[in-house]
Amino acid sequence: MGAGMLSKRIIPCLDVREGKTTKGIKFQNNVDIGDPVEMARFYYEAGADEIVFYDITASYEKRDIMIDVVRRVAETIFIPFSVGGGIRTVEDMRTVLLAGAEKISVNSAAVKSPEIISEGAKAFGSQCVVLGMDVKQVEKSEKIPSGYEIVINGGRTYMGIDALKWAIEGQERGAGEICLNSIDADGTREGYELNLTALISQNVDIPVIASGGAGKPDHLRDVLTKGSADAALIASMTHYGTYTVSEIKTYLDDQGVKVRMTW
Amino acid sequence: MIAIIDYDAGNLTSVARAVSNIGFECVVTNNVSDIAGAERIIFPGVGAAGSAMASLKRLGLDTVIKDALDAGKPILGICLGTQIIMGHSEENNGTPCLGIIKGHTRAFPSEMKSEEDGSALKIPHMGWNRVRIKADHPVLSGMGETDEFYFVHGYYPDPDDSAYLIGETDHGISFASVIGFKNIIATQFHPEKSGRPGLGLLKNFCEWEPAC
Repeated sequence: MGAGMLSKRIIPCLDVREGKTTKGIKFQNNVDIGDPVEMARFYYEAGADEIVFYDITASYEKRDIMIDVVRRVAETIFIPFSVGGGIRTVEDMRTVLLAGAEKISVNSAAVKSPEIISEGAKAFGSQCVVLGMDVKQVEKSEKIPSGYEIVINGGRTYMGIDALKWAIEGQERGAGEICLNSIDADGTREGYELNLTALISQNVDIPVIASGGAGKPDHLRDVLTKGSADAALIASMTHYGTYTVSEIKTYLDDQGVKVRMTW
Repeated sequence: MIAIIDYDAGNLTSVARAVSNIGFECVVTNNVSDIAGAERIIFPGVGAAGSAMASLKRLGLDTVIKDALDAGKPILGICLGTQIIMGHSEENNGTPCLGIIKGHTRAFPSEMKSEEDGSALKIPHMGWNRVRIKADHPVLSGMGETDEFYFVHGYYPDPDDSAYLIGETDHGISFASVIGFKNIIATQFHPEKSGRPGLGLLKNFCEWEPAC
């Protein structure tokens, strides 16, 4: 294993609703498991390489709570973190970045108006803009040649957009990274969608974070090798204490996957 | 007091938060007299060389680094700050820069392949990587060879003289990830986002008394 290469990143994802963390199983039955600032500190000390916050607050009026969370997280941890969910405008992006996040992730807002990617990249730099993609497998067709379609609303609405084509467009518009979530795998704990991840990762030049389906450390090994992902999102496998970040990293290190082992 | 130079090049509050967290007072400022009165200077930045140089000139800050260097004050460059202390950057079709360190800021070659498995290496170089120490330096004291630092960049500093080289990192090529001389040290990575080793480096800088 060469000393000189990028480490694969392990990224805990915290779903936050009105200032409290939750973990959605297939986006339903969210269970409250704690304070996001405390959980961010916990993961920072446990060796997470980055943290993703996903704000699923339903009402627009309560978004200020999230900004306060971002501000407190930024004072507490000294690794990169990103915030997604409910980002609809360049002004929303600015507010979150000024509160201290490194990156903002846009998902359904980008599907509805792709200019938000280019405008965000122009205003803050590509390194700040993550394109979040929710994807479901469908039958291959003229419209969806890759057999993977972009969905929104937690997978309830099919957008008629091919996932591979959208990933390439996102990169061309200036996204600095893609967070690729398989709705089919999400919450199953049976492994990431390797074919989808490899397809996207091998056809874009920007880093790809794989999301959805992590249940065991070998799932991460597979998506970071066969799936060609640059980073892997984890949630329930560490949130409930089944595994620690350190255990996952030790396993990956043993398996020859380059990860950051000192922190 | 530590002055963090604000020249409209990205959000600099993360550097200020990290410095405050390790117990040092700092101010994010574009005020020339505040900067002149500071004991040490941090020159961070995220963005592109062209607009950064334009902002520095517009704000009358293009000479403050040279002045601090001549005054013997400890100076820390970070990321874009490090790139524009070079003589010239390839970014934005070529941008003349501050020229504190002779050399160029260069773009990574396109289509680099991993030596490990032949896969395409991604640009920007984004994520955690190691630094090989090429010259002992007080600001790097305590750094272990397995410690990693957070990078986000598509360009890298390439000093003309290897005497400026303090640390190097591999991403397809080996590049200078820490450079400096006399009372200036500059990192291509973000110590403020590099966890414990990054905060350790910042603390070393805040306590550094260069022998000039």
